[in-house]
Amino acid sequence: MAGTPFSNLFGQSPIRPIQEHIALAHECAEQLLPFIQATIQGDWDGASEIHQKISDLEHAADKAKTDLRAHLPNSLMMPVDRGDLLVMVTRQDEIANLTKDVAGLMIGRKMQIPQEIADMMIRYVELATETSAQAVKAVNEMDELLELGFKGRILDVVAELIQELNRLEHENDEMQIQVRARLFELEAGLPPVDVIFLYKVIEWVGELADAAQSAGGKLQLLIAH
Amino acid sequence: MEIIAEHGHVLLILGCIFAFFMAWGIGANDVANAMGTSVGSRALTIKQAIIIAVIFEFAGAYLAGGEVTSTIRKGILDPALITDKPDLLVFGMMAALLAAGTWLLIASMKGWPVSTTHSIVGALVGFAAVGISVDAVNWGKVGTIVASWVVSPVLAGTISYALFISVQKLVLDTDNPFKNAKRYVPMYMFFVGFMIAMVTLIKGLKNTALNIDFGLGSTFLNSMPIAAVAGLVVALIGGWMLSRVKEHGESEEQNRFANVENLFAILMIFTAAAMAFAHGSNDVANAVGPLAAIASVIGSGGEIASKSALPGWILVLGGAGIVVGLATYGFKVMATIGRKITELTPSRGFAAELGAATTVVFASTWGLPISTTHTLVGAVLGVGLARGIGALNLKVVGNIFMSWVVTLPAGAGFAILFFFLFKGIFS
Repeated sequence: MAGTPFSNLFGQSPIRPIQEHIALAHECAEQLLPFIQATIQGDWDGASEIHQKISDLEHAADKAKTDLRAHLPNSLMMPVDRGDLLVMVTRQDEIANLTKDVAGLMIGRKMQIPQEIADMMIRYVELATETSAQAVKAVNEMDELLELGFKGRILDVVAELIQELNRLEHENDEMQIQVRARLFELEAGLPPVDVIFLYKVIEWVGELADAAQSAGGKLQLLIAH
Repeated sequence: MEIIAEHGHVLLILGCIFAFFMAWGIGANDVANAMGTSVGSRALTIKQAIIIAVIFEFAGAYLAGGEVTSTIRKGILDPALITDKPDLLVFGMMAALLAAGTWLLIASMKGWPVSTTHSIVGALVGFAAVGISVDAVNWGKVGTIVASWVVSPVLAGTISYALFISVQKLVLDTDNPFKNAKRYVPMYMFFVGFMIAMVTLIKGLKNTALNIDFGLGSTFLNSMPIAAVAGLVVALIGGWMLSRVKEHGESEEQNRFANVENLFAILMIFTAAAMAFAHGSNDVANAVGPLAAIASVIGSGGEIASKSALPGWILVLGGAGIVVGLATYGFKVMATIGRKITELTPSRGFAAELGAATTVVFASTWGLPISTTHTLVGAVLGVGLARGIGALNLKVVGNIFMSWVVTLPAGAGFAILFFFLFKGIFS
């Protein structure tokens, strides 16, 4: 027996799955820093090992995303808006996707980050990872939000987490401007094709932080439902 | 008349078998729904749930089940129109029992959310309207019953919504939820004890020698002080149980409400008892009512007595059927439900159970046969509307609506078929 009519009333709550999904996406993003460090040191064996790990984690996140979507038929009554939830998962998934894109591009072209911007680049990636870690923190409040029926003092806690998330993303933005400016000073002396792709890497890392911010920020939309 | 005199014993035995079959079905499916929420939120083990179910189903049926039983027995049919045809009443009641039992068996194999109550009411109306005459049905009463099927889930949802909001305000959304849970949970326990005691005093003991009179004017007011004492006793026992729960340190895995939920799990033991009591007071009548009608006609040698007490052995038979149903099959259903309803934490499960139990008990005192499962679904949706549950499948609500549309004619059709079958065999 597949359950009784009464027990069929209860669907699978999307909250734990969405938390597990962002955890996977962030675990993937966390690999980016050691990856960049390895490339800077010219350790291509280490880098491709990490690249493999990133690829696996991105795949796992993708699968989690598909599962989550499959369990969200529109006949569900949820405390949060289904559409917002789906957008949130998409944004979360971009964290993993962009990580994989950056690592894939750099491995493929054996890209070397110029020593002059290496430290800035490391700080830049660190900030992006911190932004994604903060998004995880915010999304992890969802079970407590549910416990409280998306009401009450927990909203202040979430608001603070989101504020910090916005601050980190902004800091990451500022860093992006600085890295670009420094690269612009150097670009005349570098192979032009390399420069084009360096800009691409910088852009994607910024988008990663942006995706993390927007995923965490969706939480406020979910609460407002 | 000759038919009753000639075949009286055979008919009574058949009636007992059909009623037992029906009670078995209630025990196998319905009770599991009522208790499953407590099992699912891990407030009770299956064994504990069964013990509570057995005790309180019996208590509910015995102490507060009289009104619904009498509705099923003589409220839906107009006794005045069938006094001269006692044999038809006996055949009809047997047909209704067998029809409802058969339909329930088919429905539970298919997994349809049909209700015992709707089946038996459909069957009674069916055989009376077709087998006797359209006028034999007390349409006014039937209209009230059908209206109560719409009102009861809405009412239960409203109560459970309010209960959950009160829990948010008083306990969950406070500086120290654990401390506040210990303070306010006994209040809900008081309500459980008070409500059950009130119903028992007003309905259950009215025929006994025990006459309470504090000179307060009405049974209702006279019952109040005793019910309040009963509520207080329940709250004290509950408070003692709560005091034994210690707060554990926070772990990474669980959120900080895990400790609070442990306290609400204790409350769910009490609301599960209330639920079983409510279910017993309403649903046991579905099996017992028709049998009571058969027994009374045969016992009086063919008279349709409009006033006669419900013999105790009939209640025992109904209760025994439910217990056997629980023991042979219901525990399996309960395990299935328990595995599926893990998302419903005790702070919500109790609100749903208490909202449903209160509604059902009220319906029982008014003699309205309603569906416990549908009422519980309404109560759960009420908590869902308060944004308290992760995901509810609204398709089930659609299925329930469809099952209404199908169950009434199906119950009626089977009843008509069996009615003419019995009539053909015995007369």
